Amino acid sequence: MKMNCCSEKPVIGLPSGEKLCKSHFTDYFENKVFKTIRQFDLIGREENLGVALSGGKDSLTVLHILNHLSKQNPKIRINAIAIDEGIAGYRDKTLAKAIDFCTKNNIELHIFSYKEEFGLPLDEMLKILDVKPCTICGIFRRYLLNKKSRELKLTKLATGHNLDDECQSIIMNQLKNNIEASARLGPKVGIIQNDKFVQRIKPLYLCMEKEVTAYAFINGLLDDFTECPNVVHSFRAQVRDILNDMEQKFPGTKYSTVNSFLQILPLLKQKFKGGMIKVCLKCNEASANDVCNACVYLERLKKSIVKVE
Amino acid sequence: MSKISIHVFIDRQNKNTNIELYKNSTVADLLKKLDINPVTVIVSRNNELILEEEKLGNNDGIKILSVISGG
Repeated sequence: MKMNCCSEKPVIGLPSGEKLCKSHFTDYFENKVFKTIRQFDLIGREENLGVALSGGKDSLTVLHILNHLSKQNPKIRINAIAIDEGIAGYRDKTLAKAIDFCTKNNIELHIFSYKEEFGLPLDEMLKILDVKPCTICGIFRRYLLNKKSRELKLTKLATGHNLDDECQSIIMNQLKNNIEASARLGPKVGIIQNDKFVQRIKPLYLCMEKEVTAYAFINGLLDDFTECPNVVHSFRAQVRDILNDMEQKFPGTKYSTVNSFLQILPLLKQKFKGGMIKVCLKCNEASANDVCNACVYLERLKKSIVKVE
Repeated sequence: MSKISIHVFIDRQNKNTNIELYKNSTVADLLKKLDINPVTVIVSRNNELILEEEKLGNNDGIKILSVISGG
């Protein structure tokens, strides 16, 4: 039975059929985030938290909520980290939003760029290397986020990954027969204590993308739509479309997928725990292999540049 | 049956368009006509979110905002 929460005008319908007004939806959403934090023990009593900030709705929503949490708990400090990959016409716009938000809310923001750290912006790398943009971009972004989080002495790094992102990753790994990658998913990544690796947490883990967008809209965090020009190439975009079709036909599909995954995640972590975190022989950073993927691609870039010259 | 005209802005396409619908049509009817999956958008009128079953009126200004992450 479809039910309204109160006499106020409803603004969003949940997969359960319940319809919520603006005020009750805001409470519902924030309570869900705080429940996720408690359920998966994402944040301790004393933290120097980082938030990976792109300037998009997901990361701004995480920062907005954790900043409020920090104001209530002075032992929880908040910093924001943004990565400028060097994608013309895209990242410059979202970074402007990130800078504006942090300035208005008095949050310390650290920005690192591919150009300064690796010598070239992503746009230039893609002219040299024949690789899928999202693959190389993701590898370098994760590398920098971890390295800089550690250098900034952050205790954990919160990301804006939501239920849709996780659901897509689960299905992508199934379709690619890459179950070991699924062992590295979950609301808290990097459970094993390792001084090279800063744990990543996902406070929006149980929030659907539509809910995050509605919350961002209501709280003035939603900016003009900006899409990465490389996203059309991605396998993820195709899986996302299939899952959205399924969600429309069978509401609750995404929750079911993630909830069933959470039941087998401890078994996956147990099975693959031996090969989880090593130290890269070249850069001394955290790695799944003897040489990390960032170093592998940097070496390929160097060789390609030499060939061109 | 008489028709109504709706002014629509679709942010993902950065497009403004006018759509004709039958009187008493809903947001769901509008999305269906535009071939947009309701799961992938939120819809606003006068800067307020509205539900799929909300009825539309003549000359309503509607924004269809993508929920999909940009990157």
